Amino acid sequence: MRPDAPALTLDGTARIGGLHVFGPLHLTVPAGRITCLLGPSGVGKTTLLRLIAGVDDVTEFTGSITASDDRSLAGRMALMAQGDLLMPWLDVLGNVTIGARLRGEARDRDRAMRMLARVGLEDHAHKRPGALSGGQKQRVALARTLMEDRPIILLDEPFSALDARTRTQMQDLTAEHLKGRTVLMVTHDPAEAARMGHAIHILTETGLEDVTPPPGTVPRPVDDPETLTAQGRLLSRLRAPA
Amino acid sequence: MSRLITITTSTALALALWQALVVLAALPPFILPGPARVAETLWASRALILEHAGITAAEVLIGLALGAILGGLSAIGLAASPLARRLIRPMMVFSQAIPVFALAPILTLWLGYGLWSKVAMALLIIYFPVTSAFFDALMRTPQHWLDLGRIMGANGPRLMWHIRVPAALPGFASGLRLAAVYAPIGAIIGEWVGASKGLGYLMLLANGRAKIDLMFAALIVLAVFTLLLHMSVDRACRRWLDGTAAG
Repeated sequence: MRPDAPALTLDGTARIGGLHVFGPLHLTVPAGRITCLLGPSGVGKTTLLRLIAGVDDVTEFTGSITASDDRSLAGRMALMAQGDLLMPWLDVLGNVTIGARLRGEARDRDRAMRMLARVGLEDHAHKRPGALSGGQKQRVALARTLMEDRPIILLDEPFSALDARTRTQMQDLTAEHLKGRTVLMVTHDPAEAARMGHAIHILTETGLEDVTPPPGTVPRPVDDPETLTAQGRLLSRLRAPA
Repeated sequence: MSRLITITTSTALALALWQALVVLAALPPFILPGPARVAETLWASRALILEHAGITAAEVLIGLALGAILGGLSAIGLAASPLARRLIRPMMVFSQAIPVFALAPILTLWLGYGLWSKVAMALLIIYFPVTSAFFDALMRTPQHWLDLGRIMGANGPRLMWHIRVPAALPGFASGLRLAAVYAPIGAIIGEWVGASKGLGYLMLLANGRAKIDLMFAALIVLAVFTLLLHMSVDRACRRWLDGTAAG
């Protein structure tokens, strides 16, 4: 585990324009592990993630979002979101180094090339995102996230647009490279939660529910019986009337 | 090749209709001259027409360049500052309620009979479409990109320069395409109100002296110029977007 990866705690209630979104709820994200937040669309998973990220200016949140080391979260997070969020006007290398550009820092091209090599895309450094497949684009997004080298990673259904094979390959790659960081992964896919979560929570209209994750190291094999059973259990729980 | 055939056929059809109208309605040349006569005048007066066309082209191109720069900067300023939006946008909308034609005499009074009153007219007429197309695109940056930029620690100006502006360039390009069609209108209005050179001036002069064939020749040169300008701006925008932005 990275020594600088803190645990996160969110406590509170969220409203948008007086309309209740979620809460009151208490969510703990343990340090250096992957926590999956599973739930159907529209229960406020993304809102919760954006509140933690500090980019939600619309939601009225009463409560607290804290790190176990009592330091501010700002500048310690990286985001991988729905879709790859690559800038179509920059080449792959430009996308991987966009963080430095946005902060006005010098771009470390050698390090960016090493990150691209880690996701197997070193030969595509000068291609535009439009020339890549969906899986390749998502790997560029992972390289960009690794380039930021932050202890806290927020994942917002990053693989939902990929086909089943590519999705599980990205899960493997992500789990491998984000090991030791504090990861909060929002997903609507029970299979993803069962494979990826060291801890799993279900967020529904009625609140937050802790689920015991299946045994085995993350990422759990796609055909592991206990993982598949857990996936079935998660799906039944999602389907249960609120 | 098929495109060339289409254009040739369509031009021939238009000329045939024009000639048919002249013949069937038995119109005298001082009301509507036929295409052959206009072509003859166009060739005979080519030096005169070209000289005036050069003046109009200069007015349009300078107006277009200034309009693109001013419109681009205004859109960025408005998008960057909520205060500017509250104070200046109502003014801009109000200014659009004033017919630009009505301003032409005042511009001539202020800037004289020369080139600059026409440049100002072209600029006025394209400023709003350029600004508003670019501004709308700047205000529509996908939220996810803005979130990503903020989490990465970008401040407002860098977010603007590295994400919002490149993402909005297609909008700016559509503004410029419109401007390429509007700018010649502005220059011609300016020339009608007061000028001693330019295609607009030549058309008024020819009309006054019942040289309708010369007027039509000037009009056709103006239309061809506007078409070519629109095509080149469109092509330049495409190449530029392929190179830099989300085309």
